[in-house]
Amino acid sequence: MIQAGVIGVGQTKYDAKRRDVSMAGLVREAIDNAMLAANLEWDAIDAVILGKAPDMFEGVIMPELYLADAIGAVGKPVLRVHTAGSVGGSTAVIAASHVCSGQFKTVLTVTFEKQSESNATWALSPRYPYSPHINAGAGGYFAPFIREYIRRYEAPEHIGWKVAAKDRQNALKNPLAHLHIPGIDEKMVSDTPMLWEPLRYLESCPSSDGACAMVITAQDQVGSRNVAWIKGMAVRSEGTLSAGRDEVNPQAGIDCAKDIYNQAGIQNPFNEIDCAEIYVPFSWYEPMWLENLGFCDLGEGWKLTDKGATAIDGELPFNMSGGVLSSNPIGASGMIRFGEAALQVMGLAEDHQVEDAKVAMGHAYGGAAQFFAMWIVSSSLD
Amino acid sequence: MKRVAIVGYAQHPILKNAGALNEVELIMPVVHQLFNDLGISQKDIDFTCSGSCDYLQGAAFAFVEGLSAIQTNPPIKESHVEMDAAWAMYESMLKIQMGDAETALIYGFGKSSPGDLDAIISLQMDPYYISPLWPDRVSLAALQARVLLNQNIISQEQMLATVMEARANSKNNKNALITDLIDESDYLNNPMVSSPLNKLDCPPISDGSSAMIIASEEKAYEFTDHPIWIEGIDHRIESSNLGSRNLATSNTLQASIKQLNLKNIKFDVAELHTQFSHEVPFLKFLLNLQDVPTNLSGGPLVGNVMMCAGLDAVGKTYESLKENQLTHGLAHATSGPCLQHNMLVHLEAKK
Repeated sequence: MIQAGVIGVGQTKYDAKRRDVSMAGLVREAIDNAMLAANLEWDAIDAVILGKAPDMFEGVIMPELYLADAIGAVGKPVLRVHTAGSVGGSTAVIAASHVCSGQFKTVLTVTFEKQSESNATWALSPRYPYSPHINAGAGGYFAPFIREYIRRYEAPEHIGWKVAAKDRQNALKNPLAHLHIPGIDEKMVSDTPMLWEPLRYLESCPSSDGACAMVITAQDQVGSRNVAWIKGMAVRSEGTLSAGRDEVNPQAGIDCAKDIYNQAGIQNPFNEIDCAEIYVPFSWYEPMWLENLGFCDLGEGWKLTDKGATAIDGELPFNMSGGVLSSNPIGASGMIRFGEAALQVMGLAEDHQVEDAKVAMGHAYGGAAQFFAMWIVSSSLD
Repeated sequence: MKRVAIVGYAQHPILKNAGALNEVELIMPVVHQLFNDLGISQKDIDFTCSGSCDYLQGAAFAFVEGLSAIQTNPPIKESHVEMDAAWAMYESMLKIQMGDAETALIYGFGKSSPGDLDAIISLQMDPYYISPLWPDRVSLAALQARVLLNQNIISQEQMLATVMEARANSKNNKNALITDLIDESDYLNNPMVSSPLNKLDCPPISDGSSAMIIASEEKAYEFTDHPIWIEGIDHRIESSNLGSRNLATSNTLQASIKQLNLKNIKFDVAELHTQFSHEVPFLKFLLNLQDVPTNLSGGPLVGNVMMCAGLDAVGKTYESLKENQLTHGLAHATSGPCLQHNMLVHLEAKK
């Protein structure tokens, strides 16, 4: 198979309302940054792969049509991916597939959400005919899964506060992050109002405007550029209502992680992965994913979090950029994980860089914890 | 480059109003028909990809609902494009070419009957300057029709002939929605929707679904002795700014013709994703198909399931090559106003 690597990552400043730019301006800000980082001219781009979460988040249907000019796609192939919250990750996988198929040398991929243009909780709470109206949004949907995790493994309530505080402390090292909360600590999190038991206000992700772009190219096009090599990538899905499904520890997540570890030749992910950007929109998903992704045994995730293993100077740093808890332009949130993982192994993560990061993981999930996309990137090809 | 073949295609009868049949109930019959025809099940499929549009369903996750039509335990490699399912086929082909899959299931579905398609599709335009004017899809198509008529690239007679021929051809298509024949006076007496397009120049509001299975070369021969190969495929998009496009031609189709080296291929049959009558003579002219039997299925004018009609053009071309033992077929899929985004697929049956 053709080897592919990331040669440029570009992001916007994330914020609650980016009133200074249109949707086109927002995606272009990320793209310009990615193209600059990759040091490429437009004619080097063979195709553009656009991803975002539901069109109802902005009210623009199939926005690749409106954005064709802004994303530099005119005259080129463009594909629009939508796989719920995992879309930022699956879009990166599909972009890399364009290169690995041998059909394209270099592709641009971009994902975005401009949540301020509409209302995500409204869009996530549709009235289906012949079905009860839940009106839960994402937090209300995931809270029962989290309560079940806490029940199964007798996890203490401060674990959630700890994750929320840790990710926001990391965000203070990332100038692009949406939330910069000076003095953030567990106490401040635990003092905020309860939204969806056991999730408090500061244990929830914000609504953000933002975009993330990457340039992915084939091995023979790299030249002397700094590269994050894609050593493994995969997607997995399971049905919302599949019989026997465990929402707390979804099989699709387990299978997807095993797939990328196999591709990358990783036997012990905890020891062999230097850092990870994992999709944690609600605090408790950090310990839940630690277990689901095979970093530890079932019931041990919250203990790793508790002893600080996932801190930026811990054994397995998680979400050095501040994660989804600090910036959440939904459609882009997965690609930010994938792009931040690439920045780490390229040594370009600046103040939130993990020292000597050689192998990093990017992860995204979506739907009712049923859609997964993941990749492993490395500073070396071997 | 790894070769990829189509080994199966199934289409739901196109309905005027599917009523309480939901998306899952529309998808399951076509997927199961394919599985039964080939004697396989979901576990024989390495990659699954669908095409749909949330706004048709009026809810944010149409494809998540749709996935309930597929067996997902154990979990599957799956993805979704918010585009016509022809692009889901494209993505699936890349997965086979990169070696991540040997087989792929593609499906598309759309129910246009519950909503107001004109209002919905107008949200495809620039949200700040154009969409607030609610430009409906017929009026946008009419802009291009008017340009083509004014420049004598097509004629009103060709539009009439296209409409009559589509209805005559519907007899070849057991799934067609519109089957009644018309004569010239029916056409001329029909009220204008948006000049120069009258009601018969426009596609019917349609509900339905379709599915396809593609496979690598090694796998294709396990399914059939006569696979139909995707010999060439190319798709490109044009500017969103109608004022900056030359609507009398298609830069992207010209580029795709060159890319696929189509000039010297003698096509036996073509199926075009032409939703409005003026687009048939226009594309036949651009693609040099004047002498090629085109839209023998009747095309979108006799049934136009949103998010499927492009895949259906590929599927109908596949069926024509297979059933009539022909060699070269050309399929076209499109998206956006005035043929903004076009895909060309060259299918070949190698003897």
